[in-house]
Amino acid sequence: MLSRLKFILPLMAAGALLAAPTAFAVPAAPAAATAPQLETIIKPKASTADHSKFKELNRNFRTGPQVTEACLICHTEAAKQVQHTKHWTWESTDPKTGQVRGKKNIINNYCTSPVSNEKDCMACHAGYGWKDDNFDFKVEKNVDCLICHDQTGTYRKLPGDAGHPVYKRVEFPKGSGKFVEPADLKKVAQSIGMPSRSNCGSCHFFGAGGNGAKHGDLDASLQHPGKYLDVHMDEKGLNFTCTTCHATSSHEVSGSRYNVAAAVKGPAHIRGKQDESPAACQSCHSDKPHHEAMLNQHTEKLACQTCHIPEYARNEVGTEASWDWSQATIMGPDGKPMVSKDSAGRRKFDSKKGTWVWDSYVIPEYRWYNGVSTYKVIGDKIDPSKTVQINEVGGSPNDPDSRIWPTKVHRGKQPYDKVNNYLTVQHTAGEDHTALWHNFDWQKAIGAGMKAAKLPYSGEYGFVDTEMTWPITHMVAPKHDALSCEQCHSKQGRLQGIAGVYLPSRDSNRWLDMAGWTLVLLSLIGVLIHGGLRIYTGKNKGQHK
Amino acid sequence: MNTVNRRIYLYSRYERFWHWSQALLVILMMITGFEVHGSYKLLGFGNAVNLHTVSAWLLLTLWAFTIFWQFTTDEWRQYIPSLKKVDAMVRYYAFGIFRNAPNPFHKTAAKKHNPLQRLAYLALLSMVSPVIWGSGLFYLFYSSWKGLGVDAWLSLEAVAFVHTAGAFMMLVFFIAHVYLTTTGHTPTAHIKTMVTGWEEVD
Ligand code: HEM
Repeated sequence: MLSRLKFILPLMAAGALLAAPTAFAVPAAPAAATAPQLETIIKPKASTADHSKFKELNRNFRTGPQVTEACLICHTEAAKQVQHTKHWTWESTDPKTGQVRGKKNIINNYCTSPVSNEKDCMACHAGYGWKDDNFDFKVEKNVDCLICHDQTGTYRKLPGDAGHPVYKRVEFPKGSGKFVEPADLKKVAQSIGMPSRSNCGSCHFFGAGGNGAKHGDLDASLQHPGKYLDVHMDEKGLNFTCTTCHATSSHEVSGSRYNVAAAVKGPAHIRGKQDESPAACQSCHSDKPHHEAMLNQHTEKLACQTCHIPEYARNEVGTEASWDWSQATIMGPDGKPMVSKDSAGRRKFDSKKGTWVWDSYVIPEYRWYNGVSTYKVIGDKIDPSKTVQINEVGGSPNDPDSRIWPTKVHRGKQPYDKVNNYLTVQHTAGEDHTALWHNFDWQKAIGAGMKAAKLPYSGEYGFVDTEMTWPITHMVAPKHDALSCEQCHSKQGRLQGIAGVYLPSRDSNRWLDMAGWTLVLLSLIGVLIHGGLRIYTGKNKGQHK
Repeated sequence: MNTVNRRIYLYSRYERFWHWSQALLVILMMITGFEVHGSYKLLGFGNAVNLHTVSAWLLLTLWAFTIFWQFTTDEWRQYIPSLKKVDAMVRYYAFGIFRNAPNPFHKTAAKKHNPLQRLAYLALLSMVSPVIWGSGLFYLFYSSWKGLGVDAWLSLEAVAFVHTAGAFMMLVFFIAHVYLTTTGHTPTAHIKTMVTGWEEVD
């Protein structure tokens, strides 16, 4: 026994000595890579060129393409570069699945498809003149430089002009009594600068035809946000522009929902380095951004956005939760088209478009996501007995490249071909007799849309439930507004529906709990009975001792 | 009350310090542990986790010192089990105690624990503690699993299961243990002894 002891004793002592310092291992800060204080790095952008001094631009331009020709005198490769990007092609090929998607090919859950509606939709195309499928994608002067580079804020493109800016004073919206003035294209050309928030925002804040309507994490309040809304873009703080994160080279803008870097690993990046995902949080913050190891280990399962964007549309602008097209063509009591708004002044019903439901301060829906979305493209078969998934986000708990992501799920009702079982393309915008918004006739609108899409139409349409899933990534909250532990670590928490992870406090083994608490209860009862008997028998014998 | 009371010094200063700090830590760990487990809301999940973790390290350190102390003072022999008189102890707790029969065991400095106690403490030391410690350490170092390849053969769910099972055993032990402190010649006699170190024996 004693010889055994001699062996055990030093072992224990050594163990104790080893154990004591490890006590400090956990709270001690690992080399946590917090983001550099960018306010000290980013200076107001000062270009080396003053475009107002260039004689090429000192001209009275009449059209957008004329300006582009002037730009291309010096920027010889710019148009070719733009023509390779989604901003021009409205098409994108998934690098992993090979699926060809993009606005041109999918039917989304809002305005559905631009096909047959190009004159309106192309107000947000970085080009001039895309009005039908005869558009020539090789003509360089049709690239619109100004929509991204104008710094006067006067350059506007309206629906109906196929991507051309306003050349003549025009009432917009029609019948509103409000007028849009044409921009002085010379002044615009001379103002050229790097894209500001308003350049990107002129399209991306107003997706689906209304402020904040589409994304939920992008709206015009990001022009002048406070810290609460967006810790990075906070005008009085870091004051990021869109391109601070969406680092761009050769006009290729990084970061896209069509190809999301869902699970970026490793340390923070050095800007300028060849970088797959400069727009990802991790490129500045690394995948271990916290001081506590316990929090850092969460990044193996969670996207940063999950905790740090606790709600999206955190303002009164809000975002659309649903769009029901089946209500379109319903007329007002007087038989005339009708519109109505909700109490916050957001569109609620329009005989042209149907009904919408808006929401603000929205709690995201959480999904496993690996960055790959598979879209329904025009002509893809659907099962009308189920809710049609406009896009399906890929990913699973056991996939090392998947993370739990916050998403906006936008719900809708869309027309579909009841015989051929696919979503229809409809001709909505325009002044002709087949346009839905002019003639309020679904049959004609679908007929014209399907013809333009070169898709057979059976002549029978119905409406089907749809869902579209958007990963949420903007409007990052200040750290003190991030989710608290309890918001997921509890029985009715945010991640209630997420399978494949053991979440302390949410999960437990039912049988063990039952057995455990039964045993605890029995010992309590046993002890009470024993103690009660002691008191009782003690009394009977009179006071002892 | 006319028996001549003899006092013996049963628990040294370190022993008492160790006992009470362990008691405090274990209570804290039960409170925070079952909150982490989701049984109730009290301090908030984050606070419970932090307190549980800090207590774990404190307890680990305390244990390191105590094991050292046990072996340098030879006190570990107090836990060597013996079946002698176990039946007498069982009979005492089951019947004798209600009839005011004398406790068959007499504490001495060399034998502080009655045979039943010895068995119970040994079970605690050799079964419950390893279960809690083993699983607790795995739980604590969850973030290192990947680097060590542990995630290939172990799931957090399994670790939590074992740890929770250990926690239930600890709670049951705790209930019985606290109750049995009231079985001295006065209900608080045992507690007093553990505070002062002195035991009155008749
Ligand atoms: C009397 C002692 C203890 C009790 C009653 C206890 C109880 C519990 C319980 C019930 C849980 C929740 C398990 C779950 O549902 O997932 C838990 C979690 C945990 N326990 Fe313990 N435990 C004790 C000691 C320890 C020790 C000694 C360690 C470390 C060596 C430890 C480390 C942990 C860890 C790391 C967790 C996960 C939550 C956290 O990170 O704090 N526990 N404990």
